[in-house]
Formats: sequence, C-alpha cells, structure tokens
Amino acid sequence: MTSPVPGALRTEVARDGETIVFVAPERLLETMKWLKETPGQEFDYLVDVTAVEFRDRERPLQVVYFLRSLTRKADVRVKVELNASAELAVDSVYSLWHGADWLEREVFDMFGITFRGHPDLRRILMWETYAEGYPLRKNFPLRGRFSRAEQVRQALNANPEAHYSMEELSIADAGGDLPEDMRERLRRGERGTIPEPPGA
Amino acid sequence: MKRVGETTEVSGQSPNYLVAKFQDLVDWVVNSSRANSLWPMPFGTACCAIEFMATAASRFDFARFGMERQAFSPRQADVLICAGRLPFKLAPVIRRIYDQMPQPKWVISMGACASTGGIFDNYAMVQGIDTIVPVDVYVPGCPPRPEGLLYGILLLHKKIKGESLFDHVRRRDEQLLDEKGLRLPPETIDEISEPFGNSVHQFRSS
Repeated sequence: MTSPVPGALRTEVARDGETIVFVAPERLLETMKWLKETPGQEFDYLVDVTAVEFRDRERPLQVVYFLRSLTRKADVRVKVELNASAELAVDSVYSLWHGADWLEREVFDMFGITFRGHPDLRRILMWETYAEGYPLRKNFPLRGRFSRAEQVRQALNANPEAHYSMEELSIADAGGDLPEDMRERLRRGERGTIPEPPGA
Repeated sequence: MKRVGETTEVSGQSPNYLVAKFQDLVDWVVNSSRANSLWPMPFGTACCAIEFMATAASRFDFARFGMERQAFSPRQADVLICAGRLPFKLAPVIRRIYDQMPQPKWVISMGACASTGGIFDNYAMVQGIDTIVPVDVYVPGCPPRPEGLLYGILLLHKKIKGESLFDHVRRRDEQLLDEKGLRLPPETIDEISEPFGNSVHQFRSS
C-alpha cells in the first residue's frame, strides 16, 4: 500500500483503527516535519515516544511515535524499525516537539536507543551512574546483572543530589542556593563516581 | 548447712537492690515519655502511604498514642515509618534521612514491599529496607490496614518500654555504614534478598 507520506515504507491499520506509518530511520526527521507542518496534516502534538523489543530476536526493535492533531482531532502512529545488530540510533525530534525531551530520555534509559541531536541525553529513571545496562531490553535479567549486595552498595554510594544539570538548576535560580563546591562539581559535569563492577 | 562467712544472694537484700530499683524508675519515666510521644517521620512512597494517612486521620487517629505531630523534618522525628516500596534510587535518600534523625530513633517498615521487596523482585527495588537501615517493627500486609499499623506502633511502644538507659549496647548505638558503604556484610544482604514464595519461579537470566 503506497502512502502520500514522504519517507514512508508502508502503512498498516492497527486493530483499533489507527494508521501506523513505518518510516526509514534516515528519513524520520523529514517525515515528522512533513506531518507536523503540511496543511491538512498538522500533527502538532507529540503524545508519546516509546519503543518495543519483540521476543523474536530476529524482529527489529521499533521506536514508536504517537502523534495527534489537536485541530483536526486525528491520530497517527509513526514507527521506525531498528536492527538490534546495528547501531541503535535515530534522529531526535526535539527540534520539532520540545516535549520529546524527557520521552526520548526515557527510551534511551530503558532501551539504550540513542537520539542524535538530543540536547541532554541522560538517563532519566535510573540514576546516571547505573552500570547494569538497559532494563527493558529482552537480554536484561529481571533482577539485574549484579548481585543484590552490589546493587545496594552502588545505590548507597550514589549521590542523590547530583541528578540535576546546570540548565535545570538555572531555572528559578536554584543553582544560586547550592554550596560552591557542589556548583563546581556540577559545572565540571561530575555526577558521582561510576562504581567499580563486581570482581574488578 | 551454711558455714560461717558465706553469704546468700537474695535480691531483696542485695546492696544493688536500691540502685536497680532506681534504674527501673528512671527507665520507666524515660521510656514512658518516649513511647507516648513518638513523632513519626512519614516516608510514604506507595499505596501504604494512603493507609498511613488513614491511620493519621480522625477515624483511626494515631494521635491517641502520642503521635500527634508528624515531623516532616527528620531532625525532629523519633520514628521513621517507611510506607511503601523503596527503589534503589531512594536508598541513599532514606539512609540520609535516617542518619539525620537524632538518637534515640526507631524504624517501622510498613507493608510487604518495604519489609521484603514484596511483589517487586526486580532490578529496581530494594529487597527489604533492613539492608539499608535497621528496622524495629515489620508490619506485614499489602497494604496493611490501619489497625495493622496501629498494632505495629503498639508493638514499638512495648519494645521502647523494654529498653534501658543503663544498657547501651542493646539498642541505641549509631548504626554506621562500613568502609564499603554497607550496613550489613554483602553475604547477608544477598541472603536476605533471596527470592521466596512465587518469585522463586523466576530466573535471573529470564
């Protein structure tokens, strides 16, 4: 089935009646720009960004974008398929929807998919020195890779105050209230030490 | 038959009798004061916190037991009530809160998740807050009803009333972290974090 959407590989209709557009990774940004800015499309609201990895190891990972047009009251899903054997990277849509900031950070945190051009791609749910991998990947063991004692040790040694970037602290001048040494550490980009892996 | 010079220890006649009685009196006064004016530091992270709020509200009203003032600053609190599951990301936070509380301090672990990890036997969750801070009373339940928490608080009263000012080794020593930053030996943490119940059917590799 051919589609008028530029860069679309194929389209499907989901069980709930929504249209799913599959896009080649290298043309994602172009497609998204077209969907957002073309009159008659106007998908001005990025609802969610998430990813799927299937139990079947042969199937590629999918990055899923949920778009909504608030004026037209219409929805569309855009999917990008990424081969797990290749580099897991896709262009960031932050330049189109700033709301993609934390959504892409979450996908990065949970799946390890890199978003090129994202302004601040850090872990968002797990702490930044988390060294066990990407929890929602199928090859990630449910209880984590390290022993419980090692997990407790790393958690207790994490610095709970180092989770903010200088940019976040600059909002409402929160950085001005910090002690000088902490401001210095944040300026250097230091967010606690990465713990030694067990047995090292 | 007793020989001349041999003494018999009878507590009623012991020279320590008065001292012991005095210590009992001091302990009774101090412990009653402490037990009946516990200021809770609520550390609510999940649905247990809803039951905790119900316990604090007028129907169950733990102010009846001297917990009128909830201390939202750890520096003015006596008992830390961890209500809800504790992710590893919050482990240093609860540890710091515990460290900031003045002595004497007690901890109630409220609910299955705080006590054992509960249903969350996964990569993100602490398997029992006793791997982070020492716990005095475990309240089981998912979540425990307010009556359950009140029972736990009354058990803590009983425990406090059994303490003694003159026996420091029993309870009130600072529970410091070792050089690795752990409260317990690693083997002990691994052991008490072992899966049990339904979660033994999961595998680390699955």
